[in-house]
Amino acid sequence: MPPQNRPSRLLRNLNAKIASIPMIATVLVIFLGCTLWTVVHSFTDSKLLPRLNWVGLDQYTRLWGTNRWIVSIENLAVYGTLSMLFSLTIGFVLAALLDRKIRFESAFRSIFLYPFALSFIVTGLVWQWILNPEFGVQKIVRDMGFADFVFDPLYSEDYVIYGLLIAGLWQGTGLVMCLMLAGIRGIDEDIWKASRVEGIPVWKTYLMIVIPMMRPVFVTAMVIIGAGIVKVYDLVVAQTSGGPGVASQMPALYVMDKMFKDQNLAQGFAASTMMLVTVAVILIPWAYIEFGGRKRG
Amino acid sequence: MDSATSGPYGAKPKRRLSPANIMLYSTLIIVAIYYALPLYVMIVTSLKGMPEIRMGNVFAPPLEITFQPWVKAWSTACTGINCDGLSRGFWNSVRILIPSVILSIAIASVNGYALSNWRFKGSEAFFGVLMVGAFIPYQVMLYPIVLVLKNIGDFFGFQLYGTLGGLVIVHTIFGMPILTLLFRNYFASLPEELFKAARVDGAGFWGIFLRIMVPMSLPIFVVAIILQVTGIWNDFLFGVIYTKPEIYPMTVQLNNIVNSVQGIKEYNVNMAATLLTGLVPLVIYFFSGKLFVRGISAGAVKG
Repeated sequence: MPPQNRPSRLLRNLNAKIASIPMIATVLVIFLGCTLWTVVHSFTDSKLLPRLNWVGLDQYTRLWGTNRWIVSIENLAVYGTLSMLFSLTIGFVLAALLDRKIRFESAFRSIFLYPFALSFIVTGLVWQWILNPEFGVQKIVRDMGFADFVFDPLYSEDYVIYGLLIAGLWQGTGLVMCLMLAGIRGIDEDIWKASRVEGIPVWKTYLMIVIPMMRPVFVTAMVIIGAGIVKVYDLVVAQTSGGPGVASQMPALYVMDKMFKDQNLAQGFAASTMMLVTVAVILIPWAYIEFGGRKRG
Repeated sequence: MDSATSGPYGAKPKRRLSPANIMLYSTLIIVAIYYALPLYVMIVTSLKGMPEIRMGNVFAPPLEITFQPWVKAWSTACTGINCDGLSRGFWNSVRILIPSVILSIAIASVNGYALSNWRFKGSEAFFGVLMVGAFIPYQVMLYPIVLVLKNIGDFFGFQLYGTLGGLVIVHTIFGMPILTLLFRNYFASLPEELFKAARVDGAGFWGIFLRIMVPMSLPIFVVAIILQVTGIWNDFLFGVIYTKPEIYPMTVQLNNIVNSVQGIKEYNVNMAATLLTGLVPLVIYFFSGKLFVRGISAGAVKG
């Protein structure tokens, strides 16, 4: 490069700017551009092809008047709440158990975490098979002499969501356990010595001292779990395909069907915008606590 | 190999067989059995013949081991009109995987390098949006990306939407936030003197990256590779939208084989197919150990 006396501001650090073009393009075109595009087109009557024929909030009115969408949102709420609760509880309990200076720790950890390496498709298909009423858990308990035993969540409109929950938790709790274990290990050993000197029982130390100290880990885990819950799609496609009827529908499935099957683009855009709003409702308070509070404190 | 290297410090507890310990280990063992069960079920089901499956239950070990379901799942199972088994999906996934992993890591490592060593006006803002972008539900961006791919393809005169190339770009885009974060944090942790010394010696942007940063960062590249291989192999959503049936990745083909409505259900073939699809990430998981954990917890490490 020839030496310049006064390089212009734009040319300074030029190589870094050129190298960052893919990132800048991704941010501007995909994350900002495409998101905005979808939100804007959710206020139109686009069907097979996108067009800018404004209809105001019509798509949203229709969306919230559709039974399948209401069911999807209810499912997401039930699945999301329970998934969050159980992931955090099971993840923390497993991490605390592994933290008790046990032998074969890494073997146990490997077993708890391996489902996380598998795809949701594989997870959904395996649990579809295990929960199969003819050959799975129901059949085994019946063979043991309980002839009237009923356990077929995947074929029951009321319980299908719990079938998904079993599979989802099996796949995802390992990750939460890993995050929690790292958090527990990050706590000062002196805290434990102090609580031992005071004669506080182990479970109480975890509950009253360790958990409050792990607040940042819990918040991170909640954000990761929450972002995953809103996106849940593959698992449902593989395990139940949204059935029986519409009983295990989820927002992501609704969006996909409207956009790529029913040729009702704007309806899909409106539904996906609602998904975006859901994520924002989860994220904004977190970002506020996490980053907004730090500046003042 | 029975204790982790970064395990708890302090002496091992003295009394092995205290009631508390018995409780602890039995709880752990029961939970471990529960977590291991689906893998066991996949294996035993895939080794049974159909008559045996119809008579028994999913947990019963095979009386007569047969590898026929594996052969069928791999080479003759049908999806639609194609009856050449999962092998097609496997090779499609390999063809998707290799360029996606290389491209996404190449771009993200350069991003991370620029963000930690060559900051420019606005670079932090772009990084911030990139991180927020990781939380936008994919469904919001799926359709406009179809249009973007179509337009780029039309502009340059080749097909991007519905081809491997388009899917590679999509994987590169959606892998970017987490990988950039991973590399940025790692490069920022390297001693700054090194970078300064190289600058004094007259090395430029690319020279420092290729001769100093990359050779010093091989572990983080391995972490990134593990993260991307499992992530891209397990992808279903992008595969289903941005490719066509002939080039569907393995996960999509697997779902089509197992959840197809026509024909009698062959559970043993289905489980063999499921296990085959899960095999690649499982092998990576069990061989990579700690590096896998490091990769997945990368998202939890704040920058």
